[in-house]
Amino acid sequence: MTTSLTTAAATGGAEPAGAAAVTASPSAAPRRGKRLPHTPLNPRPSLALTLLTGLALVYTLLPLAWLVINATKDQKGLLDSFGLWFADDFNLWDNVTRTLTYDDGVFVRWLLNTLLYVAAGAGGATVLAVLGGYALAKFNFPGRKAVFAVVLGAVAVPGTALAVPTFLMFSKMGLTNTPWAVIIPSLISPFGLYLMWVFAAEAIPTELLEAARVDGSGELRTFFTIALPLLMPGTVTVLLFSMVATWNNYFLPLIMIKDPDWYPLTLGLSAWNSQAQTAGGEAVFDLIITGSLLTIVPIVVIFLLLQRFWQSGLAAGSVKE
Amino acid sequence: MRTHTTRRLLGALAVASALALTATACGSDAGDGDGGSGPKDVKSALEKGGKVTVWAWEPTLKKVAEDFEKKYPNVDVELVNAGTGDKQYTALQNAIAAGSGAPDVAQVEYYALGQFAIAKSVEDLSPYGAGKFGETFTPGPWNAVTQDKAVYALPMDSGPMAFFYNKKVFDKHHIEVPTTWDQYVEAARTLHKADPKIFITNDTGDAGATTSLIWQAGGRPYKTDGTKVTVDFGDAGTEKYTATWQKLLDEKLVAPVSSWSDAWYKGLADGSLATLSIGAWMPANLTSGVAAASGDWRVAPLPQWTKGDKASAENGGSSLAVPKAAKNKELAYAFTEFATTGAGATTRVSEGAFPATRADLESKTFLDAPFPYFGGQKANQVFAESARNVSTDWSYLPYQVYANSVFNDTVGKAYVSSSKLTDGLKTWQDASVKYGKDQGFSVND
Amino acid sequence: MTLLSTSAQAVPPPRRRTRFRGRKEALVGWGFVGPFVAVFGLVFLAPIAYALYLSVFRDRLIGGTSFVGLDNYSEALADPRFWEGLARVGLFLLVQVPVMLGIALLIALAIDSGRLYGTAFFRVSVFLPYAVPAVVASLIWGFIYGTRFGLVGNINDTLGVTLPDPLSPSLVLAAIGNIVTWEFVGYNMLIFYSALKVVPRSLYEAAAIDGAGEWRIVASVKLPAIRSALVIATIFSIIGSFQLFNEPSILQKLAPNAITSDFTPNLYTYSLSFAGQQHNYAATVAIVMGVITAIIAYAVQLRGMRKG
Repeated sequence: MTTSLTTAAATGGAEPAGAAAVTASPSAAPRRGKRLPHTPLNPRPSLALTLLTGLALVYTLLPLAWLVINATKDQKGLLDSFGLWFADDFNLWDNVTRTLTYDDGVFVRWLLNTLLYVAAGAGGATVLAVLGGYALAKFNFPGRKAVFAVVLGAVAVPGTALAVPTFLMFSKMGLTNTPWAVIIPSLISPFGLYLMWVFAAEAIPTELLEAARVDGSGELRTFFTIALPLLMPGTVTVLLFSMVATWNNYFLPLIMIKDPDWYPLTLGLSAWNSQAQTAGGEAVFDLIITGSLLTIVPIVVIFLLLQRFWQSGLAAGSVKE
Repeated sequence: MRTHTTRRLLGALAVASALALTATACGSDAGDGDGGSGPKDVKSALEKGGKVTVWAWEPTLKKVAEDFEKKYPNVDVELVNAGTGDKQYTALQNAIAAGSGAPDVAQVEYYALGQFAIAKSVEDLSPYGAGKFGETFTPGPWNAVTQDKAVYALPMDSGPMAFFYNKKVFDKHHIEVPTTWDQYVEAARTLHKADPKIFITNDTGDAGATTSLIWQAGGRPYKTDGTKVTVDFGDAGTEKYTATWQKLLDEKLVAPVSSWSDAWYKGLADGSLATLSIGAWMPANLTSGVAAASGDWRVAPLPQWTKGDKASAENGGSSLAVPKAAKNKELAYAFTEFATTGAGATTRVSEGAFPATRADLESKTFLDAPFPYFGGQKANQVFAESARNVSTDWSYLPYQVYANSVFNDTVGKAYVSSSKLTDGLKTWQDASVKYGKDQGFSVND
Repeated sequence: MTLLSTSAQAVPPPRRRTRFRGRKEALVGWGFVGPFVAVFGLVFLAPIAYALYLSVFRDRLIGGTSFVGLDNYSEALADPRFWEGLARVGLFLLVQVPVMLGIALLIALAIDSGRLYGTAFFRVSVFLPYAVPAVVASLIWGFIYGTRFGLVGNINDTLGVTLPDPLSPSLVLAAIGNIVTWEFVGYNMLIFYSALKVVPRSLYEAAAIDGAGEWRIVASVKLPAIRSALVIATIFSIIGSFQLFNEPSILQKLAPNAITSDFTPNLYTYSLSFAGQQHNYAATVAIVMGVITAIIAYAVQLRGMRKG
């Protein structure tokens, strides 16, 4: 419901705020422009379509239901109860507490590391992609056409085989076993670059930039005041993708980071998982499952938070009409 | 900050291009920490102190590291879990190749040690005094860490094999503990027939388990003499193994559940996986991972290939090695010796490790310790007996890590299709021969 | 590049005003794209250059490193393990990518149509699996696929049927395809959805005033408008398929005999490099694989863009 309100607010009150609140579904509020009742532009929610699309929800959510259900079980319940239903006792809070405190609270340390990697890596990746995409879409410069060809070609080379060369290079630079080894490679999002390129090409009218130049606005200023607001939906998409990618980054830290104090959550969970596989190691499946659930929660929160910017960004995009 | 980063990146690019020219020249710039009077002067290194980085996943080392620091206050031990098994070897190989970042001490399983020894990437410890421990360790592990006079690591624990069985399940179905593998196959049939949910054990093809059982059966598929290697899975011992195991596979008597998966722990807990033939380090894992079945399980000697024999083999177990690239080798050795012998070993045994030292293996407290998990059984007596019965003429390939990595590509076929174990082992042999030749060994010549 | 010309179509080239052309434009353009290019050079191009260098050498445990020219390449091109893996991901690509993108597109259109109850809930729920780390996803799917304790096993017990084992050699590729689809449907949906969001509304309005129905609008306005997003999602899915690694490598623990160490080319380079220490040969295989992938991606892109 928050979405409907923000949309209404962001579209500058094209309709009374009450109208949005009355409408049954957030998306039923017009995105922009005039209201045209009973047309595809302003459709009524359809129960049939909702149910049909709901099938997709079952597919995506059922496996996650397993995770939630099993996070409520202790080690014993995990091993001897039916997977898709709850065990006799409810241990979620106990599990959460133990996950957060196990091994001197190392999980919290991993969480903070991950936040650092996501903030620096995904934030940086988004900045680079937005700047680069904007340049590729809106400026004619020699080498422009080569950039994407090279990016696409390079991305096609499997990363696993490049891990060793990258490791050797980073090792020479003294970057291995430091946060930099995870952050620097995360700064590149080829897909983000492309997405921003397409977005910028379509979302920013060149006339607007020309007008700003005529008014004597510097290029940076033009970028921040005119281009950036128009790019908001794309920026949010890229930011979200980079955040999730960095959050789930596994292979790279596995190669680069040896000190558990610098592990991200994924490596930490994997370490807990392999702990069950060694002589004398303690099997902690309950903590792994609860930890996994805790790992997903922040991503959901981020998504929900970003959703607002999405809507307002879309509204800002309406300037072009 | 910004310019700093930029400069760093530019520098990085320069380094990258320089690397492309000198890639083969790396790996030699880690040796500036020879400190102390002589390179083998362990004692003064201890007095001088310093920092020892240890890469290990073995949990009992934590206590030992604390004790070591207490005893030698100038020494700082940094214990790092750099991954388990393969992951750690990869990291170690990478660090060695990069010429920096290698630890001072690394945990290496016996089967993997040959690879580091042949590449000379671990230090021969005999000049530091490791040669004198020949009688300290049990024969299996000691044989695994030595080549001629060189000692490439010190044994940290061992895994003499034993037969773990779920007594509750056995009693319910009136099954005797098998003393031969033929009886084992019979027991498998009876159990599975009585309850189709019960399997005698799980097996999805495990290189370590297979080679260990071939070892017990008297097969010696690998022979290594320096760079001359023989691979032959056609000997009598191997045939004994394949004949028996083929029966189990053909009749689908082993559960297709991978060891260490959660389904495996589940099966061990609910009695649907009735036995394990595995190393003596297993009790700790059972106690923590299969707590629900506490009291159900017992331990017995491995079934035999020939009635009346007392053959055994090692399964798993690891050592502590000192990489050539270690910064402070004397100190590294000191820690290695402390953790694997004497009081250090005893501490680790009391923390749950299975000893590779004779003294601990023969001590009364060890032998007479009752295991509540096994219904009070003095299980260590079975394990100690097994350790004594391990024949010591076994050797792994000097590139066993690779060979094991393609085990399921080759032998694995017999687990999921109608092809036979013998053929699978033959394909495995071919793959091992090819790799060995590619790597410059003379194989089967 | 054709991609460029399409993007350029949407935008009149910035040429009308003479004040901002030539050198200054080049300078500003590179100024904006420069940071990306610099980091890209460090984390992609430099390792590739190094891999190229590695690919003409051979390093052996006994005998050390020697220059072998293009020997590694001729070996790779004649390596059945490599080609089998390539054929496998080729099959995967032909089946999984259309299914996944089709579902993603339908969901995106459904959400964009504004005819769903609880749009926001749909958006986040479909996207959620993408947020699940691969380690966790393998735990979840390992449970579902399990024929003994898993969901498949439970169904077998309850209904008295024997479903085929999803992790058997004949089905494991489909099982992996299902996981990949599960993980990335939401990701692609979001790409399509955000592309749909920037389709100028005036285009719909014109069509709607002309009396076009919803499907007509989808076919004649929405799909053409997001063509570049469709093409790029396809290209990146192709690259993703050719680089298939995470899911098989994690499921390998549960199905070690169905997922061999050369199951996909990427898994093959990984095991060559990490289990076998054959960095040189691994680099060669990776480069060959990269060239093949780039050619196919490029061809798809040419085709996809020409139609418009």
